[in-house]
Amino acid sequence: MTAPPDTAAVATRARPTPWWLWVAPGLALLPALVPFTFLMGRVLGSGSRLSDIVLSSQTARLIANTATLVVLVVISTAVIGIGAAWLTERTDLRGRRLWRVVVMLPLVMPSYVIALALLAATGPRGYLSDLAGFTIPAVSGLIGAWLTLTLATYPYVYLAASASLRRLDSAHEEAARGLGAGPWRAFRTIVLPQLRPAVGSGLLVVALYTLSDFGAVSLLRFDSFSRVVYAQYAGRLDRTPAAVLASVLVVLALVVVWAEWRTRGRAAYHGRPVTRPPRLARLSTTGSAVATGLLTALALVSLVIPLGVLVAWASRVSGPVIPWDAMAGSLTAATLAALLASALALPTAVLIARHSSRTTRWVERTAYAVFALPHVTIGLATVFFAARYLGGFYQSLTVLVAVYAAVFFAQALGPTRAALLQVSPAIEEASRSLGAGPMRTIVRITAPTVRRGLVAGALLVFLTTMKELPATLLLRPTGFETLAIDVWSAADSLLYSRAAVPAILLLVVAAIPTYLLTRRET
Amino acid sequence: MVRRSIAAALSLLLLATACGDDGGTTLTIYSGRSEELVGPLLTRFEAETGIAIEVRYASSTDLAATLREEGSASPADVFFAQDPASLGAVAEVGMFRVLTPSILALVPDGFSDRDGLWVGVSGRSRVLVYDAVTLDPSDLPTNADDLLDPIWRGRIGIAPSNASFLAFVAAMILDRGEDATAEWLAGLAANDPQIFSGNSPIVTEVNNGTVAIGLVNHYYLLGLIADQGAATAANHFFPNAGPESLVMPAGVGILTTTDSLGVAEQFVEFLLTAESQQYFAEETFEYPLVDGVEAPASLPPLDTLAHPDLDLSDLATVLDLATDLVAAAGLL
Repeated sequence: MTAPPDTAAVATRARPTPWWLWVAPGLALLPALVPFTFLMGRVLGSGSRLSDIVLSSQTARLIANTATLVVLVVISTAVIGIGAAWLTERTDLRGRRLWRVVVMLPLVMPSYVIALALLAATGPRGYLSDLAGFTIPAVSGLIGAWLTLTLATYPYVYLAASASLRRLDSAHEEAARGLGAGPWRAFRTIVLPQLRPAVGSGLLVVALYTLSDFGAVSLLRFDSFSRVVYAQYAGRLDRTPAAVLASVLVVLALVVVWAEWRTRGRAAYHGRPVTRPPRLARLSTTGSAVATGLLTALALVSLVIPLGVLVAWASRVSGPVIPWDAMAGSLTAATLAALLASALALPTAVLIARHSSRTTRWVERTAYAVFALPHVTIGLATVFFAARYLGGFYQSLTVLVAVYAAVFFAQALGPTRAALLQVSPAIEEASRSLGAGPMRTIVRITAPTVRRGLVAGALLVFLTTMKELPATLLLRPTGFETLAIDVWSAADSLLYSRAAVPAILLLVVAAIPTYLLTRRET
Repeated sequence: MVRRSIAAALSLLLLATACGDDGGTTLTIYSGRSEELVGPLLTRFEAETGIAIEVRYASSTDLAATLREEGSASPADVFFAQDPASLGAVAEVGMFRVLTPSILALVPDGFSDRDGLWVGVSGRSRVLVYDAVTLDPSDLPTNADDLLDPIWRGRIGIAPSNASFLAFVAAMILDRGEDATAEWLAGLAANDPQIFSGNSPIVTEVNNGTVAIGLVNHYYLLGLIADQGAATAANHFFPNAGPESLVMPAGVGILTTTDSLGVAEQFVEFLLTAESQQYFAEETFEYPLVDGVEAPASLPPLDTLAHPDLDLSDLATVLDLATDLVAAAGLL
């Protein structure tokens, strides 16, 4: 998710770049870039309609709604993410090893599953209302969307903040304390600024996720961009408004990326490698109780209640029907996307790491730019483009998988490139000088050495493809079901008991790659 | 390992593509009616005839727009839509074949396209669903204009992106003209309605007591009662002929792009058999349109309903305008 570390790439200038290395990133990214360009052309060609729609009061209201939601979610995830990271990394809180795992678990939950649980828990028919014996008001609209997206995305900030705290030398902080600063002042003036680059990139992910979230805002009936783009698409014969609003959403995503880049500035902190464990802050008995209480509340709201509610609703169905078709659909699409993305990431990583040039740096940036594009926009663009130009491939699994691989390509590329940079090019050079061609060298030498990176990338792509909703909704082949689609369509009709079973299955399947990924981290 | 997985990925992709394209024996149905409502009927068609079907479920308007976008490249054979306006939008661009007289003869004139491009399959009425715990029938609006009364502020559920709601707005345009409709929609928007994505969540929430009244089609409540045994919500049939009391058919047409005309015709005929019509009466609680099949007993007879005097084929001509007005009012 975060940009790969900017260590100097080792270039083997002695060998020319084989032309076919350029084919891989092309194959990976063009399925997103070509339809996107087509969409932009269509939007810019819509003449006065374009300015009418962009300047309408409805668009202004959408921008205000979406911006409000993004700002609220960024603030709350920053507080929760940094707070939880400090408690689990820098204090003597009891059970902090367990807490480190617990606060990361919501990564498995797609936003629309949390939204479903929230809807099924509150309101007159809600499960919690039943338990409590009185009606807990239904959580929806801005408050519901804020709560849901905060719970779904704070782990991204937590991950960035805790990794950064672990690497941080506590000497400065201790010096400040020694000079008489209180713990809060030392944290605010010494620790927080050093966390900023990492936390900033975590918050960038949160902001982009919120901006392009479709499932939660749709179910909770909050008019943010993705929901309205889809409503316009599904509810109107004229597709120009949907296309124009989808493009405005892209502009908002660019603004978010630019804002993060501007506030990051040139700040850089070069700590010495940490040689000793940081001194842990001693929590008082009260402090410890409050901290445990807060983390328990977080776990209750983000995990226990959603899971409990889903299980309760699922058990209300007489003999729950396992949606095998949807299960097979999800697994097929996610596996194919993961394989395709990784297969194309390997030669692309070789191109970027071993044949570094201005152009290859652009290839890498493009992969991240495509990753940041809202999925509803990519989905719409592909529908327009495929219906017009792709004939037999229109509404095919091939197009769906190619789009997944394109939008999630950066996730496969990041770990593969990082793994490759840790390997000396000397081994590959040896293979070449012993007479092996470049292709053979990649397959026989490079691939096995970066295996861990490739597998990590494939797992990430698998996980995000499983959870993906708007592009799937727009591009799936006729009759093709996935768990995400099942959850969404049942929840959208308020059929909570029917939505609960595929939602639980989705969490179970998503938990496997998440477990494998976190096990590799630690 | 990597080479093998690349090979596996590529061959799977090829296989996937090949599977998607296995010739003319499969009937591709675009269904604007939800799987919930018509899935079992379509499965029965498959079982009885041995013909493989592929169904794309989405909103009727979405599918009409998709068909227009696809044009001659469309993989669809038939379009089974929720409302005459979506059907008309496809008819308008010349994508429907004229149906055979024997098919058209099965359904009364007012419920099919005047040029025979689509045929009505089942009838449905727009109604007001209301929370019968807190409201008495005498409290309820008697026409669309009563909905603008401030006492309904924040208490009305609507589904503005739903094809049936848009058809109602289109009927209002035909009845009152563009300006009066825009004014009515602005009044509705000012009354802070609750926006839903479809009819069934509105009925659920009215039954829960979280929304007081909702503009929906008549059969969602009957489905809910069949599911749960009873309901605290009730249907109110608007007493006067007006756009709000629109009675319109769900219908089906055969696309010019079909490569299996015989099978497509077989499907349309299947929807109009006594068994299928019985299915609509008993399972989806709609009005059967073919002679000799009884409507659900809990419904007022079709010929007693007040409904506006308009040619359903005209609805499509103002559907774009209807969506524009709904969007301009900030409801879409």
